[in-house]
Amino acid sequence: MKALLLSRVTAVWALLIIATTLSWQLGHGAGFDDARQAGAAILVVTFIKVRLVMRDFMEIRHAPRWMRLIGDAWIVLITVLLVGLFLKTGT
Amino acid sequence: MSDSSEDTALARGSKGHIPGEAGIWLLIAGDLLMFSVLFVIFLVYRAGDLTVFQAGHARLNQTWGLVNTILMLSSSWLVATAIQAARRQMRRVVVACFGLALLCGLGFIVVKVFEYNEKIRADLTLTTNDFFMLYFSYTGIHLIHVVIGMGVLTTLMLYSRSGNFAPAKLRNLESGASFWHLVDLLWIVLFALLYLVGAK
Repeated sequence: MKALLLSRVTAVWALLIIATTLSWQLGHGAGFDDARQAGAAILVVTFIKVRLVMRDFMEIRHAPRWMRLIGDAWIVLITVLLVGLFLKTGT
Repeated sequence: MSDSSEDTALARGSKGHIPGEAGIWLLIAGDLLMFSVLFVIFLVYRAGDLTVFQAGHARLNQTWGLVNTILMLSSSWLVATAIQAARRQMRRVVVACFGLALLCGLGFIVVKVFEYNEKIRADLTLTTNDFFMLYFSYTGIHLIHVVIGMGVLTTLMLYSRSGNFAPAKLRNLESGASFWHLVDLLWIVLFALLYLVGAK
């Protein structure tokens, strides 16, 4: 039971909660004076969270290489696309 | 904090281990692509009418969004823990984890009902403006996923009661769990896009 609770997925859950708190702070004016920079940082943190969920909760880290590559390619592509679109808009 | 023996077992050979059935991954990939388009559409609409979107952001209750994010992350962790417990043949823990994950899902729906109610009472509906049209439709599509996912979790919980987690049974559990993680993953992005990014 102890091994089950002190597992990698528990550590990942704690990291996800910390990252959520960080995004929340960034969304409330902490860290950046410019809302555009803060927004871009929130999106980057968001897709780091997405990668953690994919790799450790969905267990893609144990999947075949091609599957991990597709997952990572999607994350990079969608992050670049969304951050780019967001920054282009202005505030 | 290491699961090294499990890591080695799962990653055995160069082929690796695909969690669950291959079919569930087609569904997950399709859903991710559809939502990717929706995320892009949101930012394109936002670029077209920034003032309306900033005003819309300001009307959302970010605390509800945060509570629901914590519920989603926790339910996903419980489901991941249930899978690990099943591999260790810990039947009661598996059933308890799925049950608690279901409660988190129920909590998510209750919060959403309160949130929708709050908006509708303030005369903010699908037809108010583009921001609220996207807010209601995106969170609505996600809510349908949550309801389907809760059906899946209930099935997994009942299915686990008899124990005996043989490889075929584990594969079925992994398929259902992967779908629930998708529901969590989509909410993580929706929370950032709708509630946090560009809010003033």
